[in-house]
Amino acid sequence: MNEMIFEAKDLSRSFTVGRSALRNLANRFLGERTPTVLRAVDNVSLTLREGETLGVVGESGCGKSTLARMIAGILPVSSGERHFRGEPYDSLLARKRDALKIQMVFQDPLSSLNPRLRVGEIVGEAAVLHGLVPRSRVKDYVVDILARVGLPADSISRYPHQFSGGQRQRVGIARSLAVKPDMLICDEAVAALDVSVQAQIINLLMDIKRESGLAMIFISHDLGVIRHLCDRVAVMYLGRVVELAETEQLFATPTHPYTRMLLDGMPKISLERRKFMPIQGEIPSPLNPPSGCHFHPRCPIATEHCRRTRPELREIASGHVHACLNVEAL
Amino acid sequence: MTEPFFQVDGLNTWFFTRQGVIKSVRDISFDLRRGEVLGIVGESGSGKSVTGMSIMGQIDEPGRIVSGSISLDGQELTALTFEEMRRYRGRKIAMVFQNPLMTLNPLMRVRDQMYEAISEHEDVSHREMHDRCIEVLKAVGIPSPEERLNAYPHEMSGGMRQRVVIATALLLGPDMIIADEPTTALDVTIQAQIIYHIRRQIDERGLGMIWITHDLSTLSELADRIMVMYAGATMEIGTTEDIIGSSRHPYTRKLLDSVPSRNTPGEKLRQIPGNMPSLLSLEKGCPFASRCERATEICSEPVPATQLSATHRIWCYHPFEG
Ligand SMILES: Nc1ncnc2c1ncn2[C@@H]1O[C@H](COP(=O)(O)OP(=O)(O)OP(=O)(O)O)[C@@H](O)[C@H]1O
Ligand SMILES: Nc1ncnc2c1ncn2[C@@H]1O[C@H](COP(=O)(O)OP(=O)(O)OP(=O)(O)O)[C@@H](O)[C@H]1O
Ligand code: SF4
Ligand code: SF4
Ligand SMILES: [Mg+2]
Ligand SMILES: [Mg+2]
Repeated sequence: MNEMIFEAKDLSRSFTVGRSALRNLANRFLGERTPTVLRAVDNVSLTLREGETLGVVGESGCGKSTLARMIAGILPVSSGERHFRGEPYDSLLARKRDALKIQMVFQDPLSSLNPRLRVGEIVGEAAVLHGLVPRSRVKDYVVDILARVGLPADSISRYPHQFSGGQRQRVGIARSLAVKPDMLICDEAVAALDVSVQAQIINLLMDIKRESGLAMIFISHDLGVIRHLCDRVAVMYLGRVVELAETEQLFATPTHPYTRMLLDGMPKISLERRKFMPIQGEIPSPLNPPSGCHFHPRCPIATEHCRRTRPELREIASGHVHACLNVEAL
Repeated sequence: MTEPFFQVDGLNTWFFTRQGVIKSVRDISFDLRRGEVLGIVGESGSGKSVTGMSIMGQIDEPGRIVSGSISLDGQELTALTFEEMRRYRGRKIAMVFQNPLMTLNPLMRVRDQMYEAISEHEDVSHREMHDRCIEVLKAVGIPSPEERLNAYPHEMSGGMRQRVVIATALLLGPDMIIADEPTTALDVTIQAQIIYHIRRQIDERGLGMIWITHDLSTLSELADRIMVMYAGATMEIGTTEDIIGSSRHPYTRKLLDSVPSRNTPGEKLRQIPGNMPSLLSLEKGCPFASRCERATEICSEPVPATQLSATHRIWCYHPFEG
């Protein structure tokens, strides 16, 4: 088996919400009611090996981007451990700033690209700084990467705002790939692309993975893309991982009631008029999560037990874990 | 069938950059009836968003509508002054921008932004503004809407920001909404919730909708008609059945072939070889020619429209057989 590249143990992240930082400080002195704490990611453990692609899926707001930013090392954790190639992030980063060879493609490309830099600089600068290419040859290097993500050579002298949404997303991908990371986190990185450009990008990522053993964490709402690209998939619900299995196993025999609901809703191209149904009942809020199993208000097989007890992840088949109190086996 | 209430005719929107003229939208024409959803699909960078922004009068320098007409209920929008257009926006036409940050101010709480959107057009009490905000936030599936009104955009997830933008577009009950990739960052459950709500507005109030997306499965189930764009131009337009069920255009067919669910997992996805030509150096012929298997010499000449049926129109010299 390939070498372990990343390991997370019990990662959690909370945010204080609804008030400004100043207000929070004032509260502390004036002894006002404690501000609301939102637990965006709650005790998530993950591993990733070289050349492996892990998919992360789950409802909007369930904590995927927060988890991704912690893994990328750009968001501090509230608690938990992160290891890159066996070494804790803190000691790794203290030793050498760029030893963490993880890149992230952000969900929102506009806010992650410096608006004052031309695309040539955005994509090329880091590669030069990392010593991957001499400055004299950086232009060819950038043009080559841009071509691989399907952008014309004349893009290099343009600014981010002069591109379409999907073109900007590809600039973000090009920038990440330019520094030849060991691990790439893609947060909805192909969401704004039409299916043919999306296919081009996914094929490119699969090529790089085969050639250089690139490890990937791939966050997407598009279950078709997830199924196509990922080796394993983690399903999150309100901050927690509720099921994790190899991709084919998960799609063939999902066990957690939430995963089943998610896969049932998977859209297809058809000419039948689908009935778009409103969500039944209250949508659970991360600001005020349901007790016990977070999924109980929507779960068709919930029992009283589920309201009181937090289900822990447990293995139900080799490499297949889930957190449900009532589903025993496959 | 009712008459169209909205028409775009021969729209050209170009950007005059230092490198040359980028012809983002070239001779686009379409119309829309009340209660109808027109889907726009097409290659990334093909001019979908610029079409939407042209309608909204929000093309910034060095871009400009070079020619063409855009009319809503007989009113020519391209003739409106900036101030007149501002009064139109939100109340008559609203746009859900692809990038939520086009709408959301990062320094303002969601509440203040939504209140501002209302108070710009109507004089109503705080109480009523509050209730209306809560109502639309619920409609787009935002849990704990009261608390979320207090939040700043960065305190929300990507999909929540997207939903706030959709909610803001719904606030004033406009006649027409242009939604640019409105649900790309949303899971299917929430997508269904939003579409359910919008569908009701379409059916009950006769809302007209332009839905720009690359999500062909959602479109196949939601749109009445679909327009396919490539390199700034229309390739094909017709009913959803015409396009999804019996497309005759080589580009549309290739596009449908690339959908992951129509490919074998783990294997390379079918992609269209090559890339879209740079919009700086377009030739007069079919822009898809360099990537098209059916291309012949004549394809380098300007492509006329062919009316295949009452609803189905195509720009191609060698369409597939029907
Ligand atoms: N800086 C922050 N301050 C306060 N709350 C935050 C912050 N960042 C994220 N959150 C909250 O954490 C939760 C998880 O957000 P996150 O962005 O991780 O979700 P997500 O799974 O990526 O959702 P989406 O699919 O919509 O992108 C949300 O409830 C969000 O409001
Ligand atoms: N401000 C601008 N200056 C120069 N060129 C621009 C500007 N805005 C857009 N363009 C160009 O116009 C073309 C059309 O852009 P548009 O945003 O309409 O594409 P799109 O079809 O919406 O693509 P996507 O699916 O990627 O969002 C693109 O090739 C883009 O590079
Ligand atoms: S623990 Fe109970 S509520 Fe949670 S998923 Fe399992 S059966 Fe449903
Ligand atoms: S006009 Fe010619 S090049 Fe263009 S799509 Fe038709 S066959 Fe292909
Ligand atoms: Mg996210
Ligand atoms: Mg766009």
